[in-house]
Amino acid sequence: MAQSTPDRIAHLSKVKHIILVLSGKGGVGKSTVTTELALSLAELGKRVGVLDVDLTGPSMPRMFGLEDQQVHQASTGWVPVYTDETKRLAVMSLGFLLQNKDDAVVWRGPKKTAMIKQFLEDVAWGELDYLIIDTPPGTSDEHISVAENLRAYNPDGAVIVTTPQAVALSDVRKELSFCNKVKIPILGVVENMSGFICPHCTECSDLFSKGGGEAMAEEFKVDFLGRVPIDPQLSTLIEKEGGTFSLRFTQSALYPIFQGITAKVMAKVGDASLPLASQ
Amino acid sequence: MARGLPTKRPIAGVKYVVAVASGKGGVGKSTTAVNLATTLSTHLNLRTGLLDADLFGPSIPLMLNLRGHEPELSEGNLLKPLVNYGVKTMSMGFLVPEGEAVVWRGLMVMKALEQLLRQVDWSDIDILVIDMPPGTGDTQLTITQQIPVDGAIIVSTPQDISLADAKKGAAMFGKVDVPILGMVQNMSYHICEKCNHVSHVFGHGGVDRTADEMRLDVLADVPLHSDVCETSDRGTPIVISRPQSVHAKVYREMGEKVWAKLQALKK
Repeated sequence: MAQSTPDRIAHLSKVKHIILVLSGKGGVGKSTVTTELALSLAELGKRVGVLDVDLTGPSMPRMFGLEDQQVHQASTGWVPVYTDETKRLAVMSLGFLLQNKDDAVVWRGPKKTAMIKQFLEDVAWGELDYLIIDTPPGTSDEHISVAENLRAYNPDGAVIVTTPQAVALSDVRKELSFCNKVKIPILGVVENMSGFICPHCTECSDLFSKGGGEAMAEEFKVDFLGRVPIDPQLSTLIEKEGGTFSLRFTQSALYPIFQGITAKVMAKVGDASLPLASQ
Repeated sequence: MARGLPTKRPIAGVKYVVAVASGKGGVGKSTTAVNLATTLSTHLNLRTGLLDADLFGPSIPLMLNLRGHEPELSEGNLLKPLVNYGVKTMSMGFLVPEGEAVVWRGLMVMKALEQLLRQVDWSDIDILVIDMPPGTGDTQLTITQQIPVDGAIIVSTPQDISLADAKKGAAMFGKVDVPILGMVQNMSYHICEKCNHVSHVFGHGGVDRTADEMRLDVLADVPLHSDVCETSDRGTPIVISRPQSVHAKVYREMGEKVWAKLQALKK
């Protein structure tokens, strides 16, 4: 196996802040929160990279409407896919390497581990303010590999995503315990799908229960970053009027909520462009 | 390095094996598996087992109100499944203290899975429902390579992003020659408890279209209701706690369809 050249390892050292988005539970919205956080940061003028290490369910290309794009190899490494000409937001995902987007990637651990190492070392991001890493659910090969390979770069920490319900919290607690084991600081908890507001009568239904995320943050003495409700208009907008999630998000009711969450995350990582919150 | 594939060996004491899978996390595999198993037992009077194959996020102990219970060993040193609502069940959640993360690489996952597959004393059941974890990795491969799975049920919500993964999940079963019994359209729509307005929270009819494309039956169309989450969290499957609900009816019909399809496939 070829040794990584010094040039290649240096890619991540040009990234100011590395943030992982984790959950123990599948389907709580890690990829959505990763996208929302990345978009909110990009809107503030930050240079953002999004790395999708969910190898068997890579969602990032679809979230950003980049499904037909491909990655290219340059002499310095892989060139990520940019969302537009400003090149402020770059995305890397296994999804770009699949011939057919419906292809199933059925890999065992060692192959996944090798792929993740490549993703972490060989992508020529350039200078980035933030690299946000979207992970699959659980605490297995992908997570162990990411934690081990990132150690040298001092990641700022993890944003933990959960829904309010007990069945999610039970899994997310394990993720918090994992972070403590591998010494990844916890930036805070986001409670997603927190309430659904009927578009007709504005009655709020707690479809996935209530308040669990905040209670868990308190129990583990980590910051509670915010509560994100389900916005029925957003899904409808995307389905009826097309466009990508990324386009519709900044027009939706969720965006202001995310601006708040983003501000807290920036304060937590010591981003000087905002007044620092007390640490 | 050439390696022969393991030969499939059926699990002792189990007649039919059905996998509930999706590809995507959080679409309701465990909820579907628990309600399917419960309805097979209580409505169709079948001797039913439920295997929780999600080692990292085992939901079954919570959903069957069996948290904190530890399985005993039988005389033959096999794990005795725990029972509730007439369903025999085994899960990693019974073997690992709550809150403790299972931080394992693939090889250890395989070993643990083999134990859950081979060293449980199911003692003669008609059907074993396997609640699969999300994704298409080690667990799915190990299970489909080691035991004959009679059919798979693919669960999805209507939205594109779930369907994309559901298709991959289905493709995976195709690769290992496991027939797909059908799809479940979960969290299909929400009826407002106050004004009865119907919202398609996660999109409209996506599973119907995909099932059509893939020529699969839709085994159940399950609406969103806060009752589902509430009863699940409290460890009572909705087919038991709300037997008159539209959910219970949908799951009962699904159980009947699944059993009929298995009978038709038989060996």
